[in-house]
Amino acid sequence: MVIKVIDANKSLLKVSNLSVSFDTTEGSFDAVKSVNFDLNKGETLAIIGESGSGKSVTASVIMGILTCPPGRIKSGEVLLNDLDILKLSDSDRRKLMGTKVAIIFQDTLSHLNPVFSVGSQIAECFEVHKNLSKKESWEKAVQLLERVRIPHPSRRAKDFPHQFSGGQRQRVMIAMALALEPEIIIADEPTTALDVTIQAKILELLGELRDERNMGLILITHDLAIAAEISNKVIVLNEGKIVEKGITRDVFINPNHAYTRQLMDSIPGKIAKQKKKISKKFSDPILEIKNISKFYDTIACDDVSFNLFPNEVLGIVGESGSGKTTISNLILRLANPSNGEILFHGKNILNFNKNDLFNFRRKVQVVFQDPYASLNPTMNIYNIISEPWLIHSDFLHKKLHKSKVSDLLTSVGLHPDDAIKFPHQFSGGQRQRIAIARALALKPEIIICDEAVSALDVSIQAQIIKLLLNLRNKFSLSYIFIAHDLPVIKDLADRVIVMKSGKIIEQGAVDDVFNFPKEKYTKDLLKASPSIENLIS
Amino acid sequence: MRQYLSKRIFSSILAITGLFVMVFFLARLTGDPGHLYLPIDAPLEVRKEFSEKHGFNDPIYIQFGKFLEDLTDGNFGYSLRKERPAIDIVLEAIPVTLSLAAVAMSIAVVGAILIGSLAAYRPNGIFDRISRVVSLTAASAPDFWVAITAILIFSVSLGWLPTSGIGGVPYWIMPIGILVIRPLGLLVQVVRGSMITALSSDFVKTARAKGVKEKVVIFKHALRNGLLPVITVAGDQAAAIANGAVIVETIFGWPGIGKLMIDSIMQRDFAVVQASILITAIVILSINIIIDIAYAVLDPRIRHK
Repeated sequence: MVIKVIDANKSLLKVSNLSVSFDTTEGSFDAVKSVNFDLNKGETLAIIGESGSGKSVTASVIMGILTCPPGRIKSGEVLLNDLDILKLSDSDRRKLMGTKVAIIFQDTLSHLNPVFSVGSQIAECFEVHKNLSKKESWEKAVQLLERVRIPHPSRRAKDFPHQFSGGQRQRVMIAMALALEPEIIIADEPTTALDVTIQAKILELLGELRDERNMGLILITHDLAIAAEISNKVIVLNEGKIVEKGITRDVFINPNHAYTRQLMDSIPGKIAKQKKKISKKFSDPILEIKNISKFYDTIACDDVSFNLFPNEVLGIVGESGSGKTTISNLILRLANPSNGEILFHGKNILNFNKNDLFNFRRKVQVVFQDPYASLNPTMNIYNIISEPWLIHSDFLHKKLHKSKVSDLLTSVGLHPDDAIKFPHQFSGGQRQRIAIARALALKPEIIICDEAVSALDVSIQAQIIKLLLNLRNKFSLSYIFIAHDLPVIKDLADRVIVMKSGKIIEQGAVDDVFNFPKEKYTKDLLKASPSIENLIS
Repeated sequence: MRQYLSKRIFSSILAITGLFVMVFFLARLTGDPGHLYLPIDAPLEVRKEFSEKHGFNDPIYIQFGKFLEDLTDGNFGYSLRKERPAIDIVLEAIPVTLSLAAVAMSIAVVGAILIGSLAAYRPNGIFDRISRVVSLTAASAPDFWVAITAILIFSVSLGWLPTSGIGGVPYWIMPIGILVIRPLGLLVQVVRGSMITALSSDFVKTARAKGVKEKVVIFKHALRNGLLPVITVAGDQAAAIANGAVIVETIFGWPGIGKLMIDSIMQRDFAVVQASILITAIVILSINIIIDIAYAVLDPRIRHK
């Protein structure tokens, strides 16, 4: 990263004393509190913060798309080339949107209109602001798609958002933002939910375009490693307040504020290992996967074999479509393999009858990725956790349900009184704790965590990883931990399997694979994964 | 999509065939279908002669074969009252009903999109509150009562509009007005709901961030997405009117399919009833297929399935 020489007089954007509050039924809530920052040409400012820190609200204010009400701008000014956009009329402000500032959103599937072709959505920018004809606008849209390296742009322009992959959709979004050559691009979590190799390419493209057009780039992210990779200035937001600001390198090397330090410590890949040495020689595997394959329309999983030992954490990494989740579904017997065997304590689970399967289900539990979708919103926590005992009614006497729910809540770090609450009353991290408590209810031997921490903020992620490791020791569990995020695997797993297109590329002890990867694909993955160590060292 | 559509058309053909078979057997379930065709007070000799002439004394499979043969020739039987082929009478009535349905539904859909979208733009705003009360009232208004009241006011008291019959524009105003009320009220509510969802979608944010004008945001970006549920309900409503705007046609003396069915039932003109049922079924199934096509046109995700 080359630190640019900054011309102090040429401030593109200056946000001063910005405060935003939201009026809710429970009163007014301050989302952004007296925020100040500025941005110059060619600079990248990273706004770092966890969910609820006010980073996206700040972006909405700059873009003039804050929904008011419930949002309310209490004070402050946003100077764009010395023009306060908060004082402009709606129609004047609209003229700046897309032409001076443009935004790239996170979830491209929902942020692109599903019923219009991507070409027409990009072309619309020219029709709105430049009064170009439909034909001219379309040609320009095709050129932009070519610039962001969408293959066969003139054909692909006619396609609709759902026909593109996540990475390609993000490129379309970038093309749309670039259309009118804005001076500032705001990228709101542009690579969250993308695979690491795709993420690296998108970040590279953004950096390249910034330099090519000398734009100011505001990168909003929860991922410190990404901020470290491409920004030169950084502000850290916590609960709507800037707790730290400065040159990226300085902040990362020498964080002043306790919150920044806490964030730095939460970065996965650094958690002190509490791993027990496993003596494989003396224990038989609990689970043996032998040459399983699964064919849907495509090959989802191809001749995969591995073992899981007692008390072991086995990480499975791979990008989307690599077959990770297929394996989890096969082990859970939510789907049946096309070929191969799955042995649980030496018995093939594929031959289980209804009764065997019922008992097997107790022993293998699962924690899903999205804690918002995986808990039934109409059931309270007590009912969610105790439901497994109603199904497996011989497991626990009804009288004991209440005390057992309290025990489980305590062991996942929640309060027994939380039992009467409903899922919406909890944060994402707390919900994931509830999902873990539910998984523990039947005293399983194996818990499959399918991207169980991917949707969480870093500091929460670190807490959940610690919790999972503690629970492993306490309840002698084995985990199969599926993730696309390599540092998380490094923290948690004893052994790791690297998958690509349904095949196992490499497997071995975590330290070996991470420090001395043998295969090119593993090396590429590790290289693509952003890290702050490059910046600091 | 093409595969899906051909499947739908095939299953519609199956459904119609099933209906034909049902109509045939139902008519014979009660015994001699001659009873259905002839007036209650017809003398015994006439009945016998009639049964003989129409082959009602033949074994049922021969009758069924003949029935199918007639159908393929487009022969739906003969109206005893009007002494003409039943199908001709039905085919005269159906355009009247369809034009009523088309005009009424067009007004209801366009009106509902405008009112519903504006209401959804500021939920709980003054416009939204008024439109909610009015649309709920409209959706629950009993049309026979509205029709009679309207005739009392506009025809009897004020003398502005003709009480019944067909003719120029004045004859259309009251029947159309009454047919519009209920679908309009219902559709305003559907449009409002789906537009609130569409307007709070992320892609609306993207459009605003591009500097697109609010009018375009509502009527292009949000509306195209909000239309799907509206089409379903509008199709149902259109089918209901096509199925015979019985009350409106009867009250205003419109020679549509609804009035024809009521009259033929009253006059025990069974061939006409039978033909009406079959033709109406074809119309309704066609509306359903049109809805499917509209879905695919509006949403590429359905098109590409």
